[in-house]
Amino acid sequence: MSQTITVAHDIHRDDEGSKIGMWLFIFTELLLFAGLFIVYGVYRYLNPVAFHLAAEELNVTVGTLNTVILLCSSATMAMASTAIRMRKKALTLTLLGITLFIAFMFMVNKYFEWKGKFGHGIFPGSEDLLQLGHGDTLFFGLYFFMTGLHALHIIIGFILITIVAVRVNNNSLTSENPVLLDNSGLYWHLVDLIWIFLFPLFYLIA
Amino acid sequence: MSNQETETNYVSFREEKGKYKGILAWIFSTDHKRIGLLYLYSIVSFFIIGVGLGAAMKLELLAPGKTIMDPATYNAIFTLHGVIMIFLVVVPGLPAVFGNFFLPIMIGAKDVAFPKLNLLSWWVYVVGALIALSALFMGGGPPDTGWTFYAPYSFKTNTNMLPAVLGAFVLGFSSILTGINFIVTIHRLRAPGMSWFRLPLFPWTLYGTAWIQILATPIVGITLLMIVGERLLNIGFFDPALGGDPILYQHLFWIYSHPAVYIMILPAMGAISEIIPTFANKSIFGYKAIVISTLAIAFVGYFVWGHHMFTSGMSGTALYTFSFLTFLVAIPSAIKVFNWVGTLHKASIQLEAPFFWAASFLFVFMIGGLSGLALGALATNVHLHDTAFVVAHFHFIVFGGVGFAFMGAIHYWFPKMYGRMYNTKVATTGWLFFFIGFCTLYLPMFFLGIDGMPRRYYDYVERFHGPNIVSTIGSWVMIIGLIIIIANLIKGAYSGAKTSKNPWGGRTLEWEVDSPPTLENFEEIPVIERSPYDYR
Amino acid sequence: MENHNDSHIVPFKTYGIILAVLIVLTLISVAVTQIDLASLTVFTAILLASIKSGIVLVYFMHLKFDNLMMKIFVTAVFVLVALVMVVTFLDYNYR
Repeated sequence: MSQTITVAHDIHRDDEGSKIGMWLFIFTELLLFAGLFIVYGVYRYLNPVAFHLAAEELNVTVGTLNTVILLCSSATMAMASTAIRMRKKALTLTLLGITLFIAFMFMVNKYFEWKGKFGHGIFPGSEDLLQLGHGDTLFFGLYFFMTGLHALHIIIGFILITIVAVRVNNNSLTSENPVLLDNSGLYWHLVDLIWIFLFPLFYLIA
Repeated sequence: MSNQETETNYVSFREEKGKYKGILAWIFSTDHKRIGLLYLYSIVSFFIIGVGLGAAMKLELLAPGKTIMDPATYNAIFTLHGVIMIFLVVVPGLPAVFGNFFLPIMIGAKDVAFPKLNLLSWWVYVVGALIALSALFMGGGPPDTGWTFYAPYSFKTNTNMLPAVLGAFVLGFSSILTGINFIVTIHRLRAPGMSWFRLPLFPWTLYGTAWIQILATPIVGITLLMIVGERLLNIGFFDPALGGDPILYQHLFWIYSHPAVYIMILPAMGAISEIIPTFANKSIFGYKAIVISTLAIAFVGYFVWGHHMFTSGMSGTALYTFSFLTFLVAIPSAIKVFNWVGTLHKASIQLEAPFFWAASFLFVFMIGGLSGLALGALATNVHLHDTAFVVAHFHFIVFGGVGFAFMGAIHYWFPKMYGRMYNTKVATTGWLFFFIGFCTLYLPMFFLGIDGMPRRYYDYVERFHGPNIVSTIGSWVMIIGLIIIIANLIKGAYSGAKTSKNPWGGRTLEWEVDSPPTLENFEEIPVIERSPYDYR
Repeated sequence: MENHNDSHIVPFKTYGIILAVLIVLTLISVAVTQIDLASLTVFTAILLASIKSGIVLVYFMHLKFDNLMMKIFVTAVFVLVALVMVVTFLDYNYR
């Protein structure tokens, strides 16, 4: 076994392969939420009126605000991919920083939104919710479950982008190997993509 | 992966010195072959536990009334038997063991695309298994819902549902990681010249399987999470008292769990497609038909989940559609059977243990498949639903199909994996016991089912006694066969005669590397200029 | 090695335009759903969400610059999800 082959094996690197792998993982995430969208669809179909009325309980302004800022964070994340390729380290870090800040703001909004609902006695399994009837129970059950799972993805994305930012900062992620940044970007856009569907389903169709 | 000291020729991956020593050199190895063997040892251990539980059930059914256990224990045992056999043995089964070991070699690669992810998938598997099995030892007792965790009972029962459900959820991740790894490996790491239609059939079936793993597993993941939500937060997704629909649970569960059957059977078909041409010494008949039928099964198999729910109260339209699609998915499976039989036609066959397993696979798979059509037809399904007939059917497919293919695969690739040969006569004897025992065990259950004996009952009326005795005796014969097989393989691994690179005369790439292979499989990446099965 | 990343660099301006389009579409969907279009409301909201997600996939997620295989995969996954929903509703719609 020649040394050259050993070396070639150790530095095996395949950015295209990593990207395909990330996309495949994104497919699994899409299917994960697809299961929930099926549940939502079925229960909306079975309880049209209750879902309609329950959706009016949610604050459209907060929802719209969160949608817009999340779209902005997606744009800054995508721009970071461009910036790193143009070898602009400071700009890349700034864009990543804005993304992280928006992710944080999104969670703050979410926190106050959930807190408000809890304050009104609306949370999974609560007495008040059970008295509202079946449709409302299911609507808010799905609301908390789906936005909660989405928030979990925001947190994971936050951690991922933080790691990317640290690595850009210490020069271990540069224009030579931007694949981790690109893949974190793909993940962040997925988080955005899911919110694009969650927003109308819970806030708008009222 | 440290591999500096490999100057001497033929240091196999088993003797390779790495960073760690002893068992650590295995459980922290990113070598696809070591991971394959790790999976082999874990899966076989769980398989033996599962067989033990199954044997206990058969013993209970030896006579009407209480034989050795009470009804609650029986419920727990069939649940654990199902959970262990499905999630820990058959779903990872062939892809994780032989896929990991042979996929890179068969496509001319040095390893899978993401070796670290591969090791992680094994660790996730072990953690998931431990979580699932912890249900046995905690207060509340083992779960008693059956492996399907049907709502609403799964969140009403006081037994330890959470560990079992969470364990299955974690195991899903392991399955997904393997799937991602295999797809990227097949796309990116094929040797130069290995076009898609020069890919051997086992990698092809792994490719189809990997897609199902990626696209179906998340659905059961989210479903199991919802069960967790039901139990912990009382959300009401599937609770009729809160407006939920238990049938929706069944939909979601089977959207994964039916494709999961194809996760199990496709690689089994792939292994059979490797064994048969080698022992027939003849090119496989209709290579493209097998490839296309593999992809067709993977696709259509995604839309037949409803045939598990024919008596649950679905709409008529759904019933007709699912029944039609079920018959449709039988066609590509039948095409493969014709291909295998066509390969054997006018061939000069070597009668060796792997071939016996492959030939008996054809036999049991046919019985399993055709009985599946009886269940796929709406009218007969109403009569046979949840009877012993169903149990016999899916054991012929899952145990007969996947289990026989697994046995065939391990006897076929054993010399390559260990560099030694087992005693072939003993292997054939073991197969004979196993095969006879298997048929004696499960064939009577078809008749019991038609006669109306329900599944999952620990008791039965007197007139079912005769076939049940036959069936239980069959289980003993089968276990004797299993003991012979395992003992023979273990002995072969330690003290069998050393083998050459290509003991069977196979033509695919794994027979061109050393037995056992070196750490990097190939000294230099081969260039492929022929089809994988150019025997004559 | 040819498999190292040399993908197309998208200018910042493009992302700016895309972001503007997405925000406008969001505001349109909010406005449209405030008017009572009866059964059309759901349809419009979902349609606009689909357009938005398409734009995110094509531009932010770089599908436009990916090879044909990736485009087929992504399309196929969405078709698969749609088919699963259709088949599920074969039950609920006709009960």
